[in-house]
Amino acid sequence: MPRSKPTPKVAHPSLAKAPTGIQGLDEVTGGGLPRGRVSLVCGNAGCGKSLLAMEFLVRGALRYGEPGVCVNFEETEEKLTANVASLGFDLRALTRQKKLLIDYVFIERNQIAEAGEYNLDGLFIRLAHAVKAIKAKRVVLDSVQALFAGVADPGILRSELQRLFRWLEDQKLTAIVTGEAGVHALTRHNLEEYIADCVIALDHRVTEQISTRRLRIVKYRGTSHGTDEYPFLIDEEGISVVPITSLALTHKALVERVSTGIPALDVMMEGKGFFRGSSVLVTGTSGTGKSSVAASFVSAACARGEACLYFTFEESPGQILRNMRSVGLNLERWVKKGLLHFNAMRPTSTGLEGHLAAIHKLIAKLQPSIVVIDPITNLISASGNYDVKSMLVRLVDFLKVAQITSMFTNLTFAGDPQERTAAAVSSLMDTWIVLRDSKPNGRPRRELYVLKSRGMAHSREVHELMVSERGLELGAVLRDHTLAATVDGPHVVSAAE
Amino acid sequence: MKKSPAKKRPAKTGRSDFFILRLYIAGQTPNSVTAIANLKKICEDKLKGKYRIQVVDLLEKPQLAKGDQIIAIPTLVRRLPPPVKKIIGNLSKTESVIVGLDIQPAR
Repeated sequence: MPRSKPTPKVAHPSLAKAPTGIQGLDEVTGGGLPRGRVSLVCGNAGCGKSLLAMEFLVRGALRYGEPGVCVNFEETEEKLTANVASLGFDLRALTRQKKLLIDYVFIERNQIAEAGEYNLDGLFIRLAHAVKAIKAKRVVLDSVQALFAGVADPGILRSELQRLFRWLEDQKLTAIVTGEAGVHALTRHNLEEYIADCVIALDHRVTEQISTRRLRIVKYRGTSHGTDEYPFLIDEEGISVVPITSLALTHKALVERVSTGIPALDVMMEGKGFFRGSSVLVTGTSGTGKSSVAASFVSAACARGEACLYFTFEESPGQILRNMRSVGLNLERWVKKGLLHFNAMRPTSTGLEGHLAAIHKLIAKLQPSIVVIDPITNLISASGNYDVKSMLVRLVDFLKVAQITSMFTNLTFAGDPQERTAAAVSSLMDTWIVLRDSKPNGRPRRELYVLKSRGMAHSREVHELMVSERGLELGAVLRDHTLAATVDGPHVVSAAE
Repeated sequence: MKKSPAKKRPAKTGRSDFFILRLYIAGQTPNSVTAIANLKKICEDKLKGKYRIQVVDLLEKPQLAKGDQIIAIPTLVRRLPPPVKKIIGNLSKTESVIVGLDIQPAR
């Protein structure tokens, strides 16, 4: 709706940003790196800074039409090309198309003999020549720290670095400079002192055999940035940063309902089922039917044409498909139609952040309306000392903002009713369904009830759960169960079973 | 100031006391002018005619910086006799030049 403005708007060059094209990073930086400025990306060895810089150039060339020059002090063109091939970047093709130019600058480790005054004009000339050759708009210097080894005179080095960064800004080039992490400072030679506008630190650590990658915006002048560490991962498509951190409870509360997939359970929930966008927890001891509940939910959703994403951390997709066939659920047809996607991973294959990053990436790619995580038990245990709850909060928060209805299954242990779950996750969940085995009078049976479901008048009665080839059905209300539901959660009244 | 074009000339074979020196500059900056003058003087004093100086101006031919991996200006490269040696600076430190180039006084 155009409004007549009295005076033309003045552009603020300091806020202009160059999008990186790296998944999640543009969200986290509010649009990308400062345009026409030099940014520093630093971190320990193997943290991914060279890859980030290279992806910045590649995406810049492919997606935003900005050719880029990479001045590489560490690797030859051939080695670099081979190294990033695994990310799907074809540097040779890009070079041929004049979208990318890689210049390998070799700096002798043993300093060259100095016989009088000098400056680094040679480097400037090479860089200018490269920029001019492909009309580059982006530049990467990786890693400029090599100059510290090769140039003996610190005074000359300091003034030349400043001259170099000023030159890059004068040419209106958006540049990334990489630096190695220092012990007492951010980088080994205090590179951060030369960089005024943007500093990003990457971290890669291995704790208890699990590797974790995190990204942090140390400084970003003129932009209010989150100071959190964002998990990220590197895979065959490049880097993806998980941009979720804000715990502002700003997600909308939807009123639309979705079926649970079990008609009798819908009846228990005002006849309508879950709220769309809500989080559902299904707990129970081993073999009580948690995965079947999840599968029923998903099956009904797919029948409505909704895309579902099923993360499985214990059973392979093949196992699940077979098991669900025995209870009358044909999930295979939804897989074939592309409505149901399975993603199987071992919980210990990566840290909790790694899982979070992978989940986030897949959700962004497939845009499902239903997500199942089955089970979250091992994720909780695989995290070690880490604050599990904060990670799960982020995940649930993200799902709610995306208005995805989510279901989490959790294994509880007989004799240790619900406390462990309660401590970790229950407060995050809008609905909590409890499954249980019991053997009153020697006859084994399964029980189900809705412990809580926010925002609706749900039935609090315990029903028998019947699992057969017809699927999941609920029987009559049980009066002889041994559970006493209290405010704190259910617990066994007595040991008289 | 005489500048030879920067093309590789066939070396005079076998003469281990003939020096081919290539000086990289970037325009007529004070350091570059000083380097050329200093280099001529040292060569006259120590090499007595058994030398050839090539001056390469990277402002005119920037693509030549890559071959010898030139970053600092001025840079002096001893191309012959082998091995290749490099020195950076305006060559005002005469002793450093002599040591760095490993110049044995011509007999």
